[in-house]
Amino acid sequence: MTTHTNGGSALIKALECEGVEVIFGLPGGAILPVYDPIIDSPIRHILVRHEQGAGHMAEGYALATGRPGVAMVTSGPAATNIVTPLCNAYMDSTPMVVITGQVPYPSIGTDAFQECDTVGITRSVTKHNELVTRAEDIPMAIRQAFHIATSGRPGPVLVDIPKDIVDPKNPASAMDWYWPTDDEVASSLPGYRPTTKGHPKKIKEAAELIMAARRPVFYVGGGILKARAAEALRELAELTEIPVVTTLMARGAFPDDHPLCLGMPGMHGNYTAVTAMQQADLLVALGSRFDDRVTGKLDGFAPTAKIIHVDIDPAELGKVRRPDVPIVGDCRLVIEELVKALRDRGAGSDSNDSPDRTEWRSSISGWQERFPLTYEQSEPGELLKPQYVLEQLRSRSPEDTIVASGVGQHQMWTSQYWKFNHPYTWVNSGGLGTMGFSVPAAIGAKVGRPDRTVWAVDGDGCFQMTAQELVTAATERIPVKVAILNNAYLGMVRQWQEMFYEERYSEVYLSPDLPDYVKWAEAMGCVALRVESPEEVGPAIDKANEIDDRPVVLEFRTDASEKVFPMVPSGMTNDQIVVDPTQQELPR
Amino acid sequence: MNLPAHTPGPAPRHHVLSVLVENRAGVLARVASLFARRGYNIYSLAVAPTDDERFSRITVVVDVESAPLEQVVKQLNKLINVIKISELDPRDSVERELMMLTVRAGVDVRSQLIELLGVFGGDVLDIGHDEVMVSLDDTPARLDDLEELLRPFGIIELQRTGRVALPKLEHSLGQGLRS
Repeated sequence: MTTHTNGGSALIKALECEGVEVIFGLPGGAILPVYDPIIDSPIRHILVRHEQGAGHMAEGYALATGRPGVAMVTSGPAATNIVTPLCNAYMDSTPMVVITGQVPYPSIGTDAFQECDTVGITRSVTKHNELVTRAEDIPMAIRQAFHIATSGRPGPVLVDIPKDIVDPKNPASAMDWYWPTDDEVASSLPGYRPTTKGHPKKIKEAAELIMAARRPVFYVGGGILKARAAEALRELAELTEIPVVTTLMARGAFPDDHPLCLGMPGMHGNYTAVTAMQQADLLVALGSRFDDRVTGKLDGFAPTAKIIHVDIDPAELGKVRRPDVPIVGDCRLVIEELVKALRDRGAGSDSNDSPDRTEWRSSISGWQERFPLTYEQSEPGELLKPQYVLEQLRSRSPEDTIVASGVGQHQMWTSQYWKFNHPYTWVNSGGLGTMGFSVPAAIGAKVGRPDRTVWAVDGDGCFQMTAQELVTAATERIPVKVAILNNAYLGMVRQWQEMFYEERYSEVYLSPDLPDYVKWAEAMGCVALRVESPEEVGPAIDKANEIDDRPVVLEFRTDASEKVFPMVPSGMTNDQIVVDPTQQELPR
Repeated sequence: MNLPAHTPGPAPRHHVLSVLVENRAGVLARVASLFARRGYNIYSLAVAPTDDERFSRITVVVDVESAPLEQVVKQLNKLINVIKISELDPRDSVERELMMLTVRAGVDVRSQLIELLGVFGGDVLDIGHDEVMVSLDDTPARLDDLEELLRPFGIIELQRTGRVALPKLEHSLGQGLRS
């Protein structure tokens, strides 16, 4: 039995069949016919104010839920506006499906109104993209898109759909509905077969290296979260009693309050995480990719460490640092096999001949004691310390609060001072470093997890890039909370100019008062408060946490002279880490 | 009969990749843009359908060191429409390329040119008053040789297809039957 339909209705039905519950989007000429059947669909559509917002909301939704985010926009300028989120999702391996309208197929290539070569422009920032040319291909294109976005190394997939094949008034849109089976999807993609199971011989070799190591560290990246491997990781860490560092993308993958957790490594990582990696004799990289922000100057990175590298993407193995044991596979499956292999070798019992790691443990605890994260609290009446604001925000918000951030100093302080004890509670832009990410991403996260408190921590520079989405949040009753750390500067750039350009500040001053953030937030339908003195911080946060029917914006006036420490200056090795000025005389 | 010594083939930095892809719109652009992004020059490129019409084979000769090439191959493998990639070592593969040339050849030297071409096993495609159009399909090195020998006549136009290659068969006769 066949059901006669048209491409536009089939597109929406296909999204329903994929289990999509929400689309972030904004209509326009070429996508117009698809917006008609949305009225009758159970899928919630959230009307954004800028297409970039739609993309970041879809990312925030995906990062908080693990399900693919979906954004839909029109052709031309809308497609170009969503290029940044696509690239962001590609860099951070976030599953996302973006549907773009396109001019009618016969008009493609004629410089038609709002035409651009969307597939050409987005080719290098998507895991895959496809121009659909026939209405009857739409269901398969959507199934493929979700399959590709969510399997293997996840990523964004774009489906570009010309207007004529979705417009019921156009004969080209006529089609019979069908829904491809899993087998049909698989056989339609003969070049796509991600490896998920690790090679048993390599797992054996990895287990032997781990058993023999004196100074091992688990170097854990975002792949753990993508593979939903947080529990498996915990079992592995506790079995072996090997310390864990969690990269910026992996915050929350291993609880910060766990005795084996060393926190974040990298350019602004804490001293212990950075130094433990430097001095390790074995790094077990699990879903991490030896990013330049983690390694510092590459030829000085972890010079004595052997490397076990587990990643689902074979292209990551050997891309930066050649592993001694490369394992292609899904992190969860590989860790589970690794745990078995380690148990077989007596891990976790007294009957194994692993070397004594007491000295390693005491080195680590020594660093932790001497070089904790630190700052000096300000006096009442002085500008706020951003670290203090974050400590207060963390301790006064529910334990499982989701926190999103933009990019810059506030992002690093959030990653450092927020205690992440749960997976999928940290939403940030890692690889691309997209300023303006936090407000829309927080909205997407809140839509995906309405049961959770969602805070966006933002800088004043970032906030000005995407703040308009708070209108979306107010209209759609999405009660996110935004903490602006307003230091009136592009703070991270200011920090680099202070440290590396002899305090010659070039184009980084933004003004604390222009715009008036409180008035602006109120105009967008939010509750807004300005916080200027330390004693006001706690009560303001408590008040914000009580509001649950509209967005809240807290503007914290923070000290622009505050810098993010520790810091590994660009081009230096991790041994040259610069600690807080109060710790510089301490023995390393 | 002694053939002229082969001029050196492509430098060792050249690598021959045989890329089996889905035969559909945009695939060549995806493959080519991976090289372009890293600034690697494609030295030659040949694309055509295989015996199975669903697939095409791209033979690409690229100018790059081995280590970055490994990364490019892995990135190529990530393309959804790429089925399989093999690097063809010239020693283990049979390579062919087609060259067409228009050469200045008045009546006085024409027979000389045709004789030379005959030695290489090339064909005369067209003859004009003062020009001859010839073709040769052979190994890239032999094409280089012929080109070199024809240069004194005066080459007016030259077009090469870029090489195609397949792995040598097991138990093949040394260097393959014809090379």
